[in-house]
Amino acid sequence: MLKQTEGSAAVAEAVALCRPEVICAYPISPQTHIVEALGRMVAAGQLAPCEFINVESEFAAMSVAIGASAAGARAYTATASQGLLFMAEAVYNAAGLGLPIVMTVANRAIGAPINIWNDHTDALSQRDCGWLQLFAEDNQEALDLHIQAFRLAEELSLPVMVCMDGFILTHAYERVDLPTQAQVDAYLPPYEPRQVLDPADPVSIGAMVGPEAFMEVRYLAHAKQRQALELIPAWADEFRSIFGRDSGGLTHTYRLEDAETVVVALGSVLGTIKDTVDEMRERGTRIGVLGITCFRPWPTEAVRNALAGARRVVVLEKSLAVGLGGIVSNNVAASYSGSSDLVHTVIAGLGGRAITRKSLHKVFSEAVAGTLEAVTFLDLDHAVVERVLAREREQRRSGPIAENILRDLGVVAAKIG
Amino acid sequence: MTYQPIRFYQTGTFTVGNRLLPDEQRSVQANMRRTNSLNSGHRACQGCGEALGARYAIDAAMEATHKQLVAANATGCLEVFSTPYPETSWQIPWIHSLFGNAAAVGTGIAAAMRVKGRHDVRVVAQGGDGGTTDIGFGCLSGMFERNDDVLYICYDNGGYMNTGIQRSSATPPAARTNTTMPIGDSPGAAFGQGKNVPAIAIAHEIPYVATATVAELRDLETKVRRAMEFRGARYIHILVPCPLGWGHGSADTIRMARLAKETGLFPVIEAEHGTVTGVSKIKRKVPVEEYLRPQQRFAHLFRDPPRRDVIDHIQQLADRNILRYRLLDNVERRA
Repeated sequence: MLKQTEGSAAVAEAVALCRPEVICAYPISPQTHIVEALGRMVAAGQLAPCEFINVESEFAAMSVAIGASAAGARAYTATASQGLLFMAEAVYNAAGLGLPIVMTVANRAIGAPINIWNDHTDALSQRDCGWLQLFAEDNQEALDLHIQAFRLAEELSLPVMVCMDGFILTHAYERVDLPTQAQVDAYLPPYEPRQVLDPADPVSIGAMVGPEAFMEVRYLAHAKQRQALELIPAWADEFRSIFGRDSGGLTHTYRLEDAETVVVALGSVLGTIKDTVDEMRERGTRIGVLGITCFRPWPTEAVRNALAGARRVVVLEKSLAVGLGGIVSNNVAASYSGSSDLVHTVIAGLGGRAITRKSLHKVFSEAVAGTLEAVTFLDLDHAVVERVLAREREQRRSGPIAENILRDLGVVAAKIG
Repeated sequence: MTYQPIRFYQTGTFTVGNRLLPDEQRSVQANMRRTNSLNSGHRACQGCGEALGARYAIDAAMEATHKQLVAANATGCLEVFSTPYPETSWQIPWIHSLFGNAAAVGTGIAAAMRVKGRHDVRVVAQGGDGGTTDIGFGCLSGMFERNDDVLYICYDNGGYMNTGIQRSSATPPAARTNTTMPIGDSPGAAFGQGKNVPAIAIAHEIPYVATATVAELRDLETKVRRAMEFRGARYIHILVPCPLGWGHGSADTIRMARLAKETGLFPVIEAEHGTVTGVSKIKRKVPVEEYLRPQQRFAHLFRDPPRRDVIDHIQQLADRNILRYRLLDNVERRA
């Protein structure tokens, strides 16, 4: 059914169609609309039997999900930003225990300075936690990935994070195709846990494991994620046969034929990148796009194959490995058969800084011309940075950086690019 | 089963004999068919109060729930000594997730059971005092205020014993731990600090709160059974002496627990829906010195010259408890 709706509402409807049994939520922008919508559905009895629990923190949200999942219930929660960090210990724990929880991360920057807008710092900080991480390009894909996520999680007995850009997707009204309950039921079988807390068959879960077995437990987590690299494309095919559209999979490629320059990115910025690439193609530039849908497990082969013909790669990412450069670009460089010198990192859109076609044209043209630096910060205000550095040279007590910058800039609320 | 005071005490110890009682009034531990939920073979220290408390409490909970019980366990001694991979002492479905989230994991299990229509399955969450009064306190308070259907049991040995005896918010004043060393004029753990979690639990107005010690088996079992008669959040705080951390003989665990109660330092009470409904009276008032002296963690109070000021201060705390909870008033019979 086609519907004009908000991204968060679409995701809530998708989760509802997956017949969740325990939903726990602690509010944080920009995740709130998702759990509000689910809370209303539970209150109205539309999801019965389903429990909706308002917890006291994100740490509790993930902990309640752990208990529910271990007791055999299909468990869901959603968070963002500081919330993801606050639950980090339980995030690792859910993966270590092999519990198939599904969580939406409405991607948002991490403070300080506090910032509610979109980038990928939150999800990428948890890239090695053992969860599968899927990134949605648009609201239709966000909706579809949740349905795939429950199936993936429960088949592998591993938790899955569905990442969607905060505000840009969560709060955007778009047309989406909502599947029917029959379609989702045909795709997603009831949850059959591999381990469950059952008085009729008591097991201990979460025992102390020493050096004699810890490596093997960790290896199996890795092996299962690598196994997912085969399951994900197969299930995306099955998804197409039931739902009639392409969604999910490991990667999306766009105009890669004969591309000498390939731009790699995650999430909603792929739309702007594709528009820019279309315009450059019209002018004869051989440029294409590789979108990463599945960030964990990292699709090594798919990325290597997609970049096989590329003479240079531009990784545009909304994250920063402070003191190094790119996070995504390091993963890409490891999968690129050419020289890693040819993999350029463009850090863009941190804390919600708009990524415009104008700026993308400039940076992609520099890449094509061979003049792009190894690491570039898109649209960085160098004058402001210089002023801070000069102040720090002149004054010992130079004051708080963020507040000084705001004072230097004056009122610029409308500045987007 | 209604509680009936039993008056056949073994001379000097107040230990209750079972042999003169009818079957239905005997303790769960005296029953050959008890579940041994925390089975023998675990790695607890000799004389461990926590191992004893957990076995008493969980066996009683198993009996009360007709063996339909699931447990969530915080990180700590109990978790470590009961499940050295690949062995486990637990004869019940049991999960350990993290140090600070046992109450929330319990909430999740209870929610799952409700969704599955398993209203017969009950949930216990348990941890030591560190996992309860400190790092797990947020999740515990959340579970209380939502009135989630979980019985939380805190085994209080007054410190972080698993990590090598450090101070927790349940460490009593003047106790020596490795982070409250009595150096110079310092008495050890400071006075005027610490958290009275049973009182805080009562303030949440949850259906049932009780304290108990491992010295009074029948009282402890009765409270677990009583707790299982309620739905919603329940809390039992059990004093479990730790021979290692307290520095007393491993044969003296029960004696230490009894002295903690008989001095008034550890009030044994119960409360329903925010109101104290029962108090276990002191049978023979004991000066705090009798409780402090056998414990190495208080040895610095009894050097030459002794820290009379500190001992007096501790006595004042005991006397305040006695007044506050009327621990010495005439023993009233409970219905």
